[in-house]
Amino acid sequence: MAYSNKVIDHYNDPKNVGSFTKDEEGVGTGLVGAPECGDVMKLQIKVEKDRIVDAKFKTFGCGSAIASSSLATEWVKGKSVDEAMAIENTEIVEELSLPPVKIHCSVLAEDAIKAAINDYKNRNGLESPKA
Amino acid sequence: MKLPIYLDYNATTPTDPRVVEAMLPYFTEIFGNAASRNHSFGWTAEDAVGKARDLVGEAIGATGKEIVFTSGATESDNMAILGVAEFYRDKGRHIITSPIEHKAVVDPYHALEQKGYEITFLDVDEHGRIDLKQLESSIRKDTVLVSLMAGNNEIGTLNPLREIGRITRDHGVLFHCDATQGVGKIPIDVDEMNIDLLSMTAHKIYGPKGIGALYARRKKPRVRISPIMFGGGHERGFRSGTLNVTGIVGFGKAIELAMEEMASEAERQIGLRQQMYKRFTDELDYVFLNGHPTERLPNNLNLSFGYVEGESLMMGISDIAVSSGSACTSASLEPSYVLRSLGVGDDLAHSSIRFGFGRFSTMEEVNYAADKVIEAVKRLREMSPLYEMVQEGIDLSTVSWTSH
Repeated sequence: MAYSNKVIDHYNDPKNVGSFTKDEEGVGTGLVGAPECGDVMKLQIKVEKDRIVDAKFKTFGCGSAIASSSLATEWVKGKSVDEAMAIENTEIVEELSLPPVKIHCSVLAEDAIKAAINDYKNRNGLESPKA
Repeated sequence: MKLPIYLDYNATTPTDPRVVEAMLPYFTEIFGNAASRNHSFGWTAEDAVGKARDLVGEAIGATGKEIVFTSGATESDNMAILGVAEFYRDKGRHIITSPIEHKAVVDPYHALEQKGYEITFLDVDEHGRIDLKQLESSIRKDTVLVSLMAGNNEIGTLNPLREIGRITRDHGVLFHCDATQGVGKIPIDVDEMNIDLLSMTAHKIYGPKGIGALYARRKKPRVRISPIMFGGGHERGFRSGTLNVTGIVGFGKAIELAMEEMASEAERQIGLRQQMYKRFTDELDYVFLNGHPTERLPNNLNLSFGYVEGESLMMGISDIAVSSGSACTSASLEPSYVLRSLGVGDDLAHSSIRFGFGRFSTMEEVNYAADKVIEAVKRLREMSPLYEMVQEGIDLSTVSWTSH
């Protein structure tokens, strides 16, 4: 399978790999996917005054899954929580030129962002948006 | 050492230059149709085919007369299975095989199931071995055929052919063996092993692609098959179609060389395999061997690198050619059915890599490839949430995952 240059770039030089301590103030953690499906993403955000100031990820999955989550951390940084919530998987597909068989990687990345935000809101007693 | 390094010899092999040399005259000077009975062009082509036929037969303890040339092992498998099923349909419609046979065997059986045949898929253990007692107890009055492969293409596990053949012969059932991965790598003798039909191909043993053969026993018992290809009555009516003389000559030369070098090459390749396995188990944790530890093809090593997905690993070793049982490398998005049948969890099936060693593999290449794989596994584990969780002492089976 041929990978797009952007997927290769993210794979070779992934952005924001790592972890925050889960109970650190302002941190929200999203863990999505399943080992038996071949991809698991952990995406974490750090929020200050409703703005995402930092993000980290770790991903078990193919190159496109790694690239999708790497890109997702790039994109959420600097955004407000609501802006990050509005990121759609199709934008990731477009940016990384993902082929149809890899669209599920972008869906998982979108799910990971939403799961991290929901976790942040739950921890801080904020209203969770509709699922 | 030249890059990229090819370590996928279970998929195919390069044609040996000695084979190419033997083939060359048959493209240009000796181009006759082996079925042309009335001139010297036809006779010389037929002579060459006859010599190759004998070499192919001898390699498995048979005679040239029992060899039918085909386009490759897929055709040989289809011909054996569909041909026997059709010819013996009034005798019985029950066939026994295993779930980890190649698709070229499994799929014809699924096609026969649609036509009312009953197929028993034997259980395999965690190494991919069948239970001989279950094989014997599965044989019925209406069983006409047992298909079991010599060596598995993914995990390398060998079947006990001699013991299988003893059982099928005792019960008067035909034994078809897909020996695509076995011929030229492990000793095979159709008489000693009571094999009645045997599929093989040239391109796994440094011959050209597009040429293979089916062995069909002529005596004790004489195997009958209905043809699946009709036409000019070539190959004693078993398989019509102008003979691929060039390919056949190449197949003959390839199998001759493979037999000459089989013992020394097997020993050498086992050495390469053991070195690679040692490097991984010395330098990495969570490395799991797929297939049988000892009863396996000399040139096959199939491993799962825990908590690292196979396709991403292959992407990290882009100058090394291997293959993976990961779903992401297949169009179906399903992980390897072979590993699944062994009870290897889907998570580890996604993490599997098959290394195939061959005639042109060197220790230098093996060590270079091991370095690259180890480096990539370590890097990917640094970004694996699963590896992190396991390091933290979390039992992954207790986590509630969101399947998708």
